[in-house]
Amino acid sequence: MGSLSRIGLAAWCVWLAAGALGASPIDGFDFPDAATAERYQALLSEFRCPKCLNESIASSGAPIAVDLRRTVRRLMTAGAGDDEIRAHLRARYGDFVLYDPPLGPGTWALWFAPLALAGVGVAVLVRAGLRRRAASLTERERERVARLLDEAP
Amino acid sequence: MIVELGHFATILALLAAVGLAAAGYASAANPAWRSAAATLAGGQLVLLVAGFGVLVHAFLVSDFSVAYVAENSNTRLPWYYRASAAWGAHEGSFLLWTTIMAAWTWAVSVGGGRLPAEIHGRVLGTMGLLNAGFLLFLLSTSTPFERLLPGAPAEGADLNPLLQDFGLIVHPPLLYTGYVGFAVAFSFAVAALLSGRLDAVWARWTRPWTNVAWAFLTVGIALGSWWAYYELGWGGWWFWDPVENASFMPWLAGTALVHSLAVTEKRGAFKSWTLFLAVAAFSLSLLGAFIVRSGVLTSVHAFAVDPERGLFLLALLVATVGGALTLYALRAPGLGSRAGYAGASRELLLLLNNVILVVALAVVMIGTLYPLAYEAATGGEKISIGPPYFNRVFVPMMFVLAAALAVAPVSRWRRTPARLFRGAALMLGAAAILGVALPLAFAGTFEPGAALAVALAAWIAGVHASDAWRRRSSWTRGYAGMVLAHLGFAVSLVGIAVTSTFSHAVDARMAVGDTVVLNDVAYRFADLRRVDGPNYVADRGEFLTDGGVALYPEKRLYDARAQVMTEAGIAAGFTRDLYVTLGEKLPDGSWAVRINDKPLVRWVWLGALMIALGGTLSITDARYRRLARRDAAAGRTAEAVATA
Amino acid sequence: MHRLLPLAAFVVLAGILYLGFTLRDPTLLPSALVGQPFPEFDLPTLGDPPGRATRADVAGDVRLVNVWATWCPTCLAEHGELMRIRRATGLSIVGVNYKDDPAEARAWLARHGDPYDFNVVDLAGDLGVDLGVYGAPETFLVDAGGTIRYKRVGEVNGRVWREEIAPVLAEIGTPGDG
Repeated sequence: MGSLSRIGLAAWCVWLAAGALGASPIDGFDFPDAATAERYQALLSEFRCPKCLNESIASSGAPIAVDLRRTVRRLMTAGAGDDEIRAHLRARYGDFVLYDPPLGPGTWALWFAPLALAGVGVAVLVRAGLRRRAASLTERERERVARLLDEAP
Repeated sequence: MIVELGHFATILALLAAVGLAAAGYASAANPAWRSAAATLAGGQLVLLVAGFGVLVHAFLVSDFSVAYVAENSNTRLPWYYRASAAWGAHEGSFLLWTTIMAAWTWAVSVGGGRLPAEIHGRVLGTMGLLNAGFLLFLLSTSTPFERLLPGAPAEGADLNPLLQDFGLIVHPPLLYTGYVGFAVAFSFAVAALLSGRLDAVWARWTRPWTNVAWAFLTVGIALGSWWAYYELGWGGWWFWDPVENASFMPWLAGTALVHSLAVTEKRGAFKSWTLFLAVAAFSLSLLGAFIVRSGVLTSVHAFAVDPERGLFLLALLVATVGGALTLYALRAPGLGSRAGYAGASRELLLLLNNVILVVALAVVMIGTLYPLAYEAATGGEKISIGPPYFNRVFVPMMFVLAAALAVAPVSRWRRTPARLFRGAALMLGAAAILGVALPLAFAGTFEPGAALAVALAAWIAGVHASDAWRRRSSWTRGYAGMVLAHLGFAVSLVGIAVTSTFSHAVDARMAVGDTVVLNDVAYRFADLRRVDGPNYVADRGEFLTDGGVALYPEKRLYDARAQVMTEAGIAAGFTRDLYVTLGEKLPDGSWAVRINDKPLVRWVWLGALMIALGGTLSITDARYRRLARRDAAAGRTAEAVATA
Repeated sequence: MHRLLPLAAFVVLAGILYLGFTLRDPTLLPSALVGQPFPEFDLPTLGDPPGRATRADVAGDVRLVNVWATWCPTCLAEHGELMRIRRATGLSIVGVNYKDDPAEARAWLARHGDPYDFNVVDLAGDLGVDLGVYGAPETFLVDAGGTIRYKRVGEVNGRVWREEIAPVLAEIGTPGDG
């Protein structure tokens, strides 16, 4: 059996578990206040559904997304902070589950590259902006040299 | 039989494209080939329209002996979805791509009659060569005309319910018209590099084609965002998904190109930038096609394709983009503008524009492709890069761009006298006050990001409005288009900032008769009934607000694929959208309901429409026709002199 | 030099895209738990009447922990291999019945054979989340100290056993040690 069809079967297993009809991600009912409910939704949008084609657990109906949302609710009710919840899911599913890649040896380029590019851009602009002024300075210096030469004994 | 004719027409179109490539390049040296090139361009279009027409016909009559039709259609699908299912998957949408390419080619063939032969011929030749490559790919790996004989199924697999929507009818054609339209600018750049002719005349010829393609792409992307917003059910309209980024990167390059062309035309500067951007815009379109169709990046929007097709596409990408960039490396004019400019001149601001847009698109590309490189480099470790990262790196650059945009109207070519900035500086003060006061007044809280965005947008609007008032007796279409497009940017900026910051949502368990209040609006779950659609059965809820607005969210079951889909109930408004979604029916008989309050979300797409309109308006300026006649006359004189 | 820059950048880009084809299945996630201790849990077992199992019942011997369910066709496909491993090597296999119906699971085992020392009933999937599970079947190799040494997403078959599990098993010692 080709690897593609084997994976297809494994995926099918999860799909069947959904009752073949797709669960709904509307489940943020039992929060004490609006602020906590909004914190919940904001957190959910940071976590990637491990089994979906690039969706967060906030919008996915997959069973694993249902389980992960339940986990987040449980942790929030137990008083965990946002960073603790991120660490909890990362410890179990790896960096893949975080939509905001953590800063580490493998991802420093992600932060460095935009800054470096912006730096190059600034350099290009500064060079273009200063060019004219530099030319006129040289002209002035040339005049000064000419004057000095004229005045020399 | 007719299907085989369609297939044959497509093969003939490939031959026409190859012939066009030859005739086009030949006519650059020898004008006798011009009519042959024109005929071949027209022939290619006719053949591909016929081929595509055959495919659409097969869908309309539900000919399930065609494999592609069987995979994507169903007899109970309404006829307009059957027709648009023709571009609902890879093979058919790629045939649409080549057909649109043929249309652009024919338009350039007909509309560029006054161009000098050595440019016109090379442009057509390049476009013929490009479409030959695309058609070769289509016919050898992805033909939509394959048959399932013997044993054609009696019923098709049905179109994915998410695609059974108005969005499918309009989004791909408009998007592709934009994507493919950049091939014109690309071909103009190749022609310029080959002929060594790169001047204001070249820029003037390239601008209209580029602006129109860019306008189509703007509308195409906006449509895609709007479609995702109401279709997916969660109120989101941009996810920085690889497929979305695949369309956004060419748009960023196209925006820079549209501006850079203006500088090259009016000041003879930025020639290398303009050439590079012209090559880059279409290259990014090709990269986008690759991302969507190769299976190399994961996305819910991607077509399901196997690696063999992906490798062919990569080869096509390398040949086309690698070839053009090699040509650029060999023949681009040396850097260093002879047209001097100093300080806060219009040239410098437009250089800033180019730099920011190119850096932004590079950053988006890094974020999109980094997971790929990471996995390859670490031998299997996977990371994800999503909205938190992209927003963090992209948004600050847009704020800088907005600030530069605000002073753009008062800037002058070569050098802007400092006193001209005084008015703009005063406006900045007023805008800053508005930025703090307006969100506070409407939303009740102070959010720095939203305040900054509102202030910048107000500044842009104020400076542009006062400059337009100052010039009110001498508006040209070029000027009006610019103002409209820039105001559109401001409108989108406000829409994006406000809807991202001040949206509200609540999840509730509601039984029929219950009421939930969100952001001072009461929503009463008034009714729930069974509704029968053409190919689905739905539970439709009726929600009434205290303001008298009615919303009808649905939960649909499409029986062909046993797939459940949510259809949101949306009350669209200029100042805000009310958005209700039905979730599951809960064990106690009540329903899971999500209510969204989305302020100013429509401004996101309204601004994009203004941008597209502005870009199109500016090229209807009379000066193009006037100068085109002058250039043509000069060209004829030059040719007469040369051949005398 | 500036003129070469775009071409150079494109060459790098094309290289990265080409590498994309060499990558394995995008739905396979590497496990974050290899090298980590097996998580704590306290769940019923699949007996009639059900007993109770905790982490202590898993740690203490080298075991395969197999996540399975009756709704999963691939689990049925790999079942024969699990039976063979049990017979041939005596390796202890513990099952985690994942988001399933215990009565149906018992019937399934009665019908197809039972290679498991015992089965943990994970109705809600919480143990699955702690294990980083996102589908079935998934199989872990746990050493005598209770540390996860290997994870397989997808079916265990002859090739997987020979090329992936047996080498790790050889490293950590034969079953019955420790």
